[in-house]
Amino acid sequence: MARLELDGLRKSFGATHVLHGVDLSVGDGEMLVIVGASGCGKSTLLRLVAGLDAPTSGRVKLDGNDITRLDPSERDMAMVFQNYALYPHMSVFDNMAYGLRIRGMSKGEIGRRVGEAASLLGLEASTLDRKPRQLSGGQRQRVAMGRAIVREPKLFLFDEPLSNLDAKLRVQMRAEIRKLQRRLGVTSLYVTHDQVEAMTLGDRLLVMHEGRPAQLATPLEVFERPADRYVAGFIGAPSMNFLDGELTGDGAAVCLKAGCALALPFRLTAGEKSVTVGIRPEYVETGRGDLRMQVDLVEPLGSETVVHGRLIGTDEDLVARIPGAVPSGEVMKLALPPQHLHLFERKSGRRILPSQPSASSDG
Amino acid sequence: MRANWLAHAVLCCGVLLFLLPVWLIFAGSTQLSHSIARGELSLLPHLSGLDVYRRVLLGPGVNGEASVPHMLMISACMALAIAFGKIAVSLLSAYAVAFFRFPFRMVAFWTIFLTLMLPVEVRIVPTYLVMSDLGLINSFGGLTVPLIASATATLLFRQVFLAVPDELMEAARMDGAGPWRFLVDILIPVSAANIAALFVILFVYGWNQYLWPLLVATDPRLDTVVVGIVRMIGVESLTPWDEVMAVATLALLPPVAVVLLMQRWFVKGLTEGEK
Repeated sequence: MARLELDGLRKSFGATHVLHGVDLSVGDGEMLVIVGASGCGKSTLLRLVAGLDAPTSGRVKLDGNDITRLDPSERDMAMVFQNYALYPHMSVFDNMAYGLRIRGMSKGEIGRRVGEAASLLGLEASTLDRKPRQLSGGQRQRVAMGRAIVREPKLFLFDEPLSNLDAKLRVQMRAEIRKLQRRLGVTSLYVTHDQVEAMTLGDRLLVMHEGRPAQLATPLEVFERPADRYVAGFIGAPSMNFLDGELTGDGAAVCLKAGCALALPFRLTAGEKSVTVGIRPEYVETGRGDLRMQVDLVEPLGSETVVHGRLIGTDEDLVARIPGAVPSGEVMKLALPPQHLHLFERKSGRRILPSQPSASSDG
Repeated sequence: MRANWLAHAVLCCGVLLFLLPVWLIFAGSTQLSHSIARGELSLLPHLSGLDVYRRVLLGPGVNGEASVPHMLMISACMALAIAFGKIAVSLLSAYAVAFFRFPFRMVAFWTIFLTLMLPVEVRIVPTYLVMSDLGLINSFGGLTVPLIASATATLLFRQVFLAVPDELMEAARMDGAGPWRFLVDILIPVSAANIAALFVILFVYGWNQYLWPLLVATDPRLDTVVVGIVRMIGVESLTPWDEVMAVATLALLPPVAVVLLMQRWFVKGLTEGEK
């Protein structure tokens, strides 16, 4: 049970700046997911919290105490690694018990805690005597989780713990991690590059981009009101469509390159006139409207179809996700419902207009 | 199938090639010294001559000064001390070079690397001088200490340690293990197969030392069996060739035993990359 605060955390390796100052506050029992493309500094951030690396500047506070200079062993945190990092020569029991033995815990207490963790994770008693190499990927993952749980730490740190599992197991373990974290109520930081993991696991998301926090919000808010063009494109699959546009003089509509004026649900008078219009593929409507799309590729997914094409009269690509079967014809009519548009400043990429929440969709 | 036969044939030739000298020594040890000296060495051992081993083992030894069992013991102690000493020293230095960041780390590494070019034979005079200044001439310490520093073993351990995933050390740090505990609890057990393989190589290396023991230990009580064999060879006609060959056969046995006993680990350590 703990509150974690990061205060202007920076990290450079020589001349390479990896983190440009991260401020963050994670509440008691909260699961905060740090998500971003590779190289965005998310793992570095986790390692700074763990104490495996020292920050160039800034502070890490746990329950108000400055722990920036403390050794990892003194921080009362447990970490689950991507490759599990189980001790290959130790049995499953010893792997989980090792940290407790170092802390000088009594044999009885160790046995009780490991037993509890094993049953919590659904590890059979016979597994406890095995060596890690005799286990399946899913079991190893559980042991790695168990090693963190038995410590009863103030903070759980997860470093892409599911990326070595196959797709089916990943979905299953994802749900289990979430249930477990809720049940134990331990404050957690979870690093991943997988946006589905991020959306489903996090109480809040921190989207990282090039060493800076791009947005910190609940998963739904990140999805519905992305703070900038990067976040909008990163979260959601297939990712959001972006089209260049110009605001009309009165700020009531946007002109796309394809030539049509999109009426906005509200008037936008201040600021830049050059904008980027974003719309998620699932909100693109087909079969009506003034836009025409030349279809390049149709991907049937069963319940829905993903259509890739190019807007006629422009060089802009567009992706639409349409429920049901494959639409016929090489050219499709498209409409972009105004309530689902996201507007970003073309230059800075910042969001300039909130989209309506999806609840108001015309469905 | 035919490729298999061919492979077996080649291997059999190899085995014969390596075994023949050993067999000759054994066969020779059972024959009469003067017939060997005349070059009449038979490939068949004379069973009646097996008595030579009793004579050699229970006899007064070379020139009546050091008995053969005593020489074997000195050899064994020296080989063990060298093997364990080398492993301990190189394990620690490789640990430092592979896992810690400290000033002049790479200088230290390359300095160790350079000593590869300076085996005992090259630095024998200065080494002797140092041992003499330390008063270690004619002592067990003088026999072993100069041979203990090992660049080869350090480099080998460094490679082994570099192959250990960083996460293993990080997991141990999160578990609260300090550097010493990590070394003892995790790193050494994980590298056990490599350590065992290296032990075999180093034991044989130590056992086979000749030049340095010959030089530093003039006291016959510190004669290793290898040195002892050479001391037995005197004037051609007076050399008891049967006894020389018997001692040579005996001197072969401990290294062979070590290799055979540790063969499983040896192969595992040299081939397996399971970390």
